[in-house]
Amino acid sequence: MLNFTIRRLLLAIPTLIFISLVIFLLLEASPGDPLGDVPLTVPPEVKERMREALGLGQAWYVRYGLWLKQFFWVEPLYWFDSLFGTGFSDGMQRIISFQSRSPVFDVIAQRVPQTLTVIGMSYLVGVLIAIPIGIISAYRQYSWFDQIGTFVSMIGFSMPTFFTGVVLIIIFGVKLQWFPSVYDTTLVVRDWDSFLAQVRQMVMPVTVLALYNAAQISRFMRASMLDNLGQDYVRTARAKGLSERTVVLKHVLRNSLIPVVTVIALGLPAVFGGALITEQVFKVNGIGQLLITAIYANDIPMVLTVTFLFAILIVMFTLIADILYGVLDPRIRYD
Amino acid sequence: MTDRERQQALDSAELVAETAGPAPVTGELPPDDPVAAGGETRSQWRDVWRQFRSHKGAMVALVLFLGILLFVSVGPLIWTLDATYVDIRARNSGFSAAHPLGTDQLGRDMLARLMAGGRVSIAVGLTAMVIAVTLGSFVGLVAGYFRRMDAPLMRLTELFLALPLLPLLLLMVTLFRESLSQSFGPAMGIFILIVGAIGATSWMQAARIVRGDVLGLKEREFILAAKSIGTPPARMILRHVLPNVLSPIMVAATLGIATAIITESALSFLGLGFPPDFPTWGRLLFDAVDQMVLYPSRVILPGLFISLTVLCVNYVGDGLRDAMDPRIRGR
Repeated sequence: MLNFTIRRLLLAIPTLIFISLVIFLLLEASPGDPLGDVPLTVPPEVKERMREALGLGQAWYVRYGLWLKQFFWVEPLYWFDSLFGTGFSDGMQRIISFQSRSPVFDVIAQRVPQTLTVIGMSYLVGVLIAIPIGIISAYRQYSWFDQIGTFVSMIGFSMPTFFTGVVLIIIFGVKLQWFPSVYDTTLVVRDWDSFLAQVRQMVMPVTVLALYNAAQISRFMRASMLDNLGQDYVRTARAKGLSERTVVLKHVLRNSLIPVVTVIALGLPAVFGGALITEQVFKVNGIGQLLITAIYANDIPMVLTVTFLFAILIVMFTLIADILYGVLDPRIRYD
Repeated sequence: MTDRERQQALDSAELVAETAGPAPVTGELPPDDPVAAGGETRSQWRDVWRQFRSHKGAMVALVLFLGILLFVSVGPLIWTLDATYVDIRARNSGFSAAHPLGTDQLGRDMLARLMAGGRVSIAVGLTAMVIAVTLGSFVGLVAGYFRRMDAPLMRLTELFLALPLLPLLLLMVTLFRESLSQSFGPAMGIFILIVGAIGATSWMQAARIVRGDVLGLKEREFILAAKSIGTPPARMILRHVLPNVLSPIMVAATLGIATAIITESALSFLGLGFPPDFPTWGRLLFDAVDQMVLYPSRVILPGLFISLTVLCVNYVGDGLRDAMDPRIRGR
């Protein structure tokens, strides 16, 4: 297992480097100019100096190498310094955003909490809804509960999040005025009232994402339960007189959760990607919104870094899913 | 259930016919044309169709999907109002006889816009699906059939699976829209860009499924037989392998339409899709969000169309998968 993990980790490095190169070259090939918004009255030589100050003067491979060094060497050193008060990164240039002229990771660190609270919460809620639904609809296959559950999950799966989000805003934000339609990120939870306000504004984005995730996961859960319910060991367990509760919740559920856990792990990065849209609907200024504004503003370092972080998430969670599968299922042997 | 019983009866009749001894000699000669004379023939596709028909949800979805297709293709011939005609005096009007679904903030007829938008959205979905499935099947066939190509192509597929797709799509569309609009015209340029981008980023699932199936097929006797009479690889793939992996490809294609439509409308919703005077369902939704408080119907209608189309396509795909899976067939 350890061997497998190490091998996969080593394999992840070229994958990630290749992905970063793809993103970098895509940005490089773009006709957009980060200085496009600079007024025409600025003389060309000044413009040239600005270009150089942004680091755009050199050949692409020099800049790519520099970015790699900054991402994998300077930034970790900087974190190390701020943790332990050492001075390894003194005088080293961090990745700087074109828009705000501040380090990219500082901006990202400001945005991550919003995304994490909304996304993390919604995924948790989604999983908590999906698993019981999947269990019941598999146990009572073709009952009315199963029929309705399958239909609802099909709908939840088919409705794009930007549509459900907008519909929820119209119903609960505008008509009923129960929840605020815009997410207020400046809100700090200090006391009970501000906590309630935080909960109220999180309800709608969390519901939208949770419904979408629950729809997918409950389908997997149902299929996996159905696979296991027909197995011989279930008949054996029933034959030796175990209660139905023990059979389903102990024997079948545990085995059915194995593939579902990996699906949950695999789905997490996609949820972060999908949050791009949900954040736009509810005006949450998280990572997704950061990426979109950066794309509009031609902020190459920011776009490159944020997209690359998404790629790291995907590679990491694929690895986690594979390892979990091996750990949970003793029949799977990677070596 | 009746269908299931009928199926079982048919199966058992077949079994009896096969296992029973030689048929008693009768005076009649066998019919001249046994295929036409045999009454109920059981070709593979007819079997699939029979099974598909028994899936009620999929049948309803198929009918609805055909209805939507008719709405966007034949609809503009009946409701001849131009989707881009600006009638500023009739702007923001509600449901009326002149404009059954109202008008938008520039007085353009919503019904006509929904038809025109649906035409683009479905065209994008179909074209992107064709690109993705062709690419995916090609990669899958080559990787599965030629052992030497397997490892590199599958590494490539894994690399693509690790790409953050939505951010990359956003990037591609933003970065290249200008240059492509200049060379192909604003509408066509964006169409090529979006279809190409979606197609190029969604072929991986099809490739993996096809590869897996081809690997299994290669061990079968009929492939060995075909090989032993010296069939060249190209004909081998086209005549013997491809027809046998057609069913997973078709399921992947159906589900691919749904994903492509959702992706296109998501791009439009982020304001990165087609230009404003070129309606798609996602674009209509995006344009209406600013005024959703006053005119909620304008947001809900295009959203409903997107959801309904995707729901139908997903159900059809589900039914198709059930119908084509020989393990489930007859249950």
